[in-house]
Amino acid sequence: MQVDFNLNGQPVSADVEPRTTLADCVRDHFGQTGTHLACEHGVCGACTVLVNGEAVRSCLLLAVQVQDDKVVTIEGLSGDELTPLQAAFRKHHALQCGFCTPGFITTAHALLSHEPEADEDRIRDVLSGNLCRCSGYIPIIEAVLEARSSYRDPGSK
Amino acid sequence: MKPPIFEYASPSTVAEAVSLLASRNGNAKVISGGQSLMPMLAFRLAAPELLVDLKYLKDLGAIRIGEDGVRLGAKVRWCDIESDARLAVGHPLLAEAIKHVAHYQIRNRGTVGGSVAHADPSAEMPGIAMTCDARMTIVGSAGTRVEAAADFFTGPLQTSLEPDEILTEVHLPAWPVTRRWAFLEFARRKGDFAMAGVALHYDLDSGGRITDAHVGAIGVADRPIRLTEVEAVLNGSQMSDKLIAAASAKARQSIDPPSDIHAPGAYRAALVATLLRRGLKKSAA
Amino acid sequence: MKVVNSYIGRPMERVEDLRMVRGRGTYVADVNRPNQLYAVILRSSIAHGIIKSIDSSEALALAGVHRVLTAKDLGNEVPLIPLRLQPLPQLEPFHQPVLADKKVRYVGEPIAVVIADSAALAEDALERIALDIDPLPAVATRAQAEAKRSVLFEDHGSNVAITWKAFLGNADEAFKTADYVRRETFRVQRHAAMFMEPRGFVAEWDEAAGKLTVWGAAKTAWYNRRTLAAQLGLEVEAVDLIEVDVGGGFGSRGEFYPEDYLIPAAARIVGRPVKWTEDRREHIMSANHARDVECEVEFAVTRDGRFIGLRGQIWSDIGAYIRTNGSVGPRNVAQYMSGPYCMEHIDLKSSMLTTNKTPCGTYRGPGRYETDFIRERMIDLAAQDLKIDRVELRRRNLVADAQMPYTLASITPYDSSTELDSGDYHAVFDRCLKEFGWEERSKLRGQSIDGYYHGLAVGSFIEGGAAGPKEEVRLVLETDGALSVYMGSSSVGQGLETIMAQIAADAMEISYDKITILHGSTSYVKDGYGAYHSRSTVMGGSAILIGAEKLKELIRNTAAQRFGCKPEDVVIDGEQVSVGGNHLAFAGLSETPLEVEAAFFNKKYTWAYGTQAAHVAVDPGTGHVKVIDVMSVEDVGRMINPLTLHGQAIGSIVQGLGGAFLEHLVYDDEGQLLTGSFADYLLPTASDFPSIRSITVELKPCPNNPLGAKGAGEGGLIPIGGLMANAVADALSHLNVQPMELPLSPPRIWQLVEEAEAARAKA
Repeated sequence: MQVDFNLNGQPVSADVEPRTTLADCVRDHFGQTGTHLACEHGVCGACTVLVNGEAVRSCLLLAVQVQDDKVVTIEGLSGDELTPLQAAFRKHHALQCGFCTPGFITTAHALLSHEPEADEDRIRDVLSGNLCRCSGYIPIIEAVLEARSSYRDPGSK
Repeated sequence: MKPPIFEYASPSTVAEAVSLLASRNGNAKVISGGQSLMPMLAFRLAAPELLVDLKYLKDLGAIRIGEDGVRLGAKVRWCDIESDARLAVGHPLLAEAIKHVAHYQIRNRGTVGGSVAHADPSAEMPGIAMTCDARMTIVGSAGTRVEAAADFFTGPLQTSLEPDEILTEVHLPAWPVTRRWAFLEFARRKGDFAMAGVALHYDLDSGGRITDAHVGAIGVADRPIRLTEVEAVLNGSQMSDKLIAAASAKARQSIDPPSDIHAPGAYRAALVATLLRRGLKKSAA
Repeated sequence: MKVVNSYIGRPMERVEDLRMVRGRGTYVADVNRPNQLYAVILRSSIAHGIIKSIDSSEALALAGVHRVLTAKDLGNEVPLIPLRLQPLPQLEPFHQPVLADKKVRYVGEPIAVVIADSAALAEDALERIALDIDPLPAVATRAQAEAKRSVLFEDHGSNVAITWKAFLGNADEAFKTADYVRRETFRVQRHAAMFMEPRGFVAEWDEAAGKLTVWGAAKTAWYNRRTLAAQLGLEVEAVDLIEVDVGGGFGSRGEFYPEDYLIPAAARIVGRPVKWTEDRREHIMSANHARDVECEVEFAVTRDGRFIGLRGQIWSDIGAYIRTNGSVGPRNVAQYMSGPYCMEHIDLKSSMLTTNKTPCGTYRGPGRYETDFIRERMIDLAAQDLKIDRVELRRRNLVADAQMPYTLASITPYDSSTELDSGDYHAVFDRCLKEFGWEERSKLRGQSIDGYYHGLAVGSFIEGGAAGPKEEVRLVLETDGALSVYMGSSSVGQGLETIMAQIAADAMEISYDKITILHGSTSYVKDGYGAYHSRSTVMGGSAILIGAEKLKELIRNTAAQRFGCKPEDVVIDGEQVSVGGNHLAFAGLSETPLEVEAAFFNKKYTWAYGTQAAHVAVDPGTGHVKVIDVMSVEDVGRMINPLTLHGQAIGSIVQGLGGAFLEHLVYDDEGQLLTGSFADYLLPTASDFPSIRSITVELKPCPNNPLGAKGAGEGGLIPIGGLMANAVADALSHLNVQPMELPLSPPRIWQLVEEAEAARAKA
């Protein structure tokens, strides 16, 4: 079955079985392997992508469901230089094995894009939907708190 | 955990969707948010031939607040409820309960209709529907019907929905501004399904006595339930510590929750009593 | 000009992060080989039974399904997985076959391998395989194991695989005359490392070259390579295990599992590359479980509060087979129960029980988490009975610096003895209490505020590290002056590339940015060992120091030839060599790269140590425990990178809290695993434990390695179980609630409160 959507700013097309998840589609059909699979049942958040600007679990979406939608993965949020959010993760040592990291960065980006004034409680609340086994979360929260300023000033994302 | 094989359709109207469901003799399933269905497919606990996506169905995503109450279109998502400022006054019980549902990413997709149709006995939305005596609008090949929550939830993950029927709206009765209410649940971690939860509302008559008490519980039976015996204790009385103690004791006696790996039944019964006590206190403050 | 680098000790940002924050890491699921097929494993859904038949015909009829491998496809004898650690001959009956052969012994045991054009198709095929298994009674509890409801290994005749004995002094004599002896039973629940990246392999067999390449290695690649080569009848040099980015290990990933054999074997059999990644459901039932321990113990103390010793019996439910390192945890529970405290008399027996459950292996701080729970609870109970303040009781008994090296219990069979190396346990203890604010917070003990009762606890711990016997490195000074360091150490997320670069930069006086660390793949060094027992910094780092000296010698010799002088006349300063007034940069010193190999050998464990304090608040109505604050102070001898070390400490503490409150692998009496997904196996999230503080100090360097470092990174969790249980008991002391079992789940706390209140009402 064919599905047409926008992936990281580019119009794309894939011929997939209906049962192919969006996660598997971006990873296998489009080679964007930054989106990771850690549970495949919608609990861990490692597979988080943006669909029409909203953070969603790509293992709980079928590829065919994003017809005409705008999908952004961690690759679409990355460039030659680290973004302020990514630099903050590095500065605060908010990753160790790195496997959950794309999911956290994508989720934090969505949150701060919509709510640049989010306070620590709100950040913790939202990030409680992403599992990390290495960091104990505290450095991640610190990184996201630091990154807020770059979302408040629209020029510096 | 790859899903089994199925076909996929994304019709543009409710009628088309119903027709597609009817065509597969019980082997088609509705998908909208997918937050409950997709894990089931991943674990291969469900194997429908066809998924009917409600994506293009218009008009099912609105929250309408009027004199007759709050009408939630089946495609209303948790994030829509969260961001609708009218509900703080329009239906504070609903607004509070929904704060406890799942997590950020799931809240961007999960729907009222999906949750109610899935009928998890620990889920908040079915609990609110039951407590508030919601009325469900259902469309199928035989036409449209409206059903009360008490008749809608028929068992564990079971509802009265026929295979060719789609839930299109959940209608919560009018909410007087003076109404007293509380919602309390206890979960192991934020966003988890509740080990037990209590939703309650009541009004006060001219003498300050409780009237029209609705007390619902989730996580303690095979479906969301009304604690009618507790309501009977409350109705006609003034709120007091003694009344709260009596209501709480009645709650504990009147339920017989199952035991599972997370908690023994006795714990859940005691938990409901505790949450009820705290909720009643809160509602009177 | 002499350059003295000081990268060691600096909180360097990690070089790994540059790829990982952009989703540009390469984990094994991201590796693809041309023409590859996909494997999915058929696993037993029955805990114990005799395999009568496996009929794959319907599965093979599916388009896109190529093969279904079973035990009979693996040769005359199904290969067995050897024990990497404590490989005693009497443990051979318990080695796991790579595929269930005639019998299944746990839910999740591999029975067949399906190979198809996609993972989805392979899963479709799984459903069409007809399995006929005659069930046998399952052994799922100690009572069932001891009653021999079934015996997993009929020839062995019992479900007790082995009993280790830890001993010191003469406990029987000492207990006879002890003023005070208390006896208790404790339980720690089965839980697991549960790293985020599921396991996987991509294997490729090159028929023409006779070479096997496998991506997905971690932890102990060289050992695994030798094992795999032997099982496949290949020369070791014909097998290459490649480590890519690894999503966490915590002691569990990287040991030799059935799939370490099955996927390469499948690639050889089908003649195409084979890719396998497990999903979470199968991970939970197949990656090593851990910590399933029951203990009956007696604690003897003098009237004036001097610890005399420990005596008792430990049972470890180790599951259906003994895994490569399955004995480590059970041994450690017995050998290290005394922890950082003076105890001269130990007599602890530790029995390993085979049951129809997933086999167990090491998980961060193996045996140490469990044993600290037992010991620290006993100390608080003794303090209560003897009416001695629990802080004072601990202070009185911590091993003093002047007593080092301090001999710990020995263990047998596979005898081992060890001693604490160095440390000022009292200084760290006091520092922790001070940083935590013990005096001030003590005012809250037992108070009920907003319905929550407040309690405190403190506990000290030791953390063993730096297992030997050696580690290898290969240093290559490239022609452009860059330095490549090839290591036997393995990266599991601990920042190896950064930390080793810091050490190499200082040792070679080369700019940090010119150094690349290459790790874990068997093609890099001849004989690596890997990452386990917190050894990489000490073992790998020390090997780098030794290698650096050798490389500098080679540089001097090379320069001497160029300049026509003696090597002693060559000065190395700032990425160049100087003789007299003449200079030559490293880049351009030689036409070919300069390469040396080095190894560091070690027999002595290092002992990092510390103290933690905690403040909790308990709601007796729901059984909910709020962790208000945890303060950890640990001495690691020497810190290479404070940023990464701190990160590991916090991460480790949160894992410990998961074990204390949330995580539990639950089986029913028929050996069915009831916690099959993340919906039921509860991991800590960002909102659960927001307040944790950790301080790392460098008080007492380790005397046994050139870095002076002690292996660290596991310590954070070690005292947490005991700490939390003691804090809850302190909070509910008015009811004399005494938790003896983990996890401290809300229903368990509630139950203890109910029982205590009922007892009080009766009295």
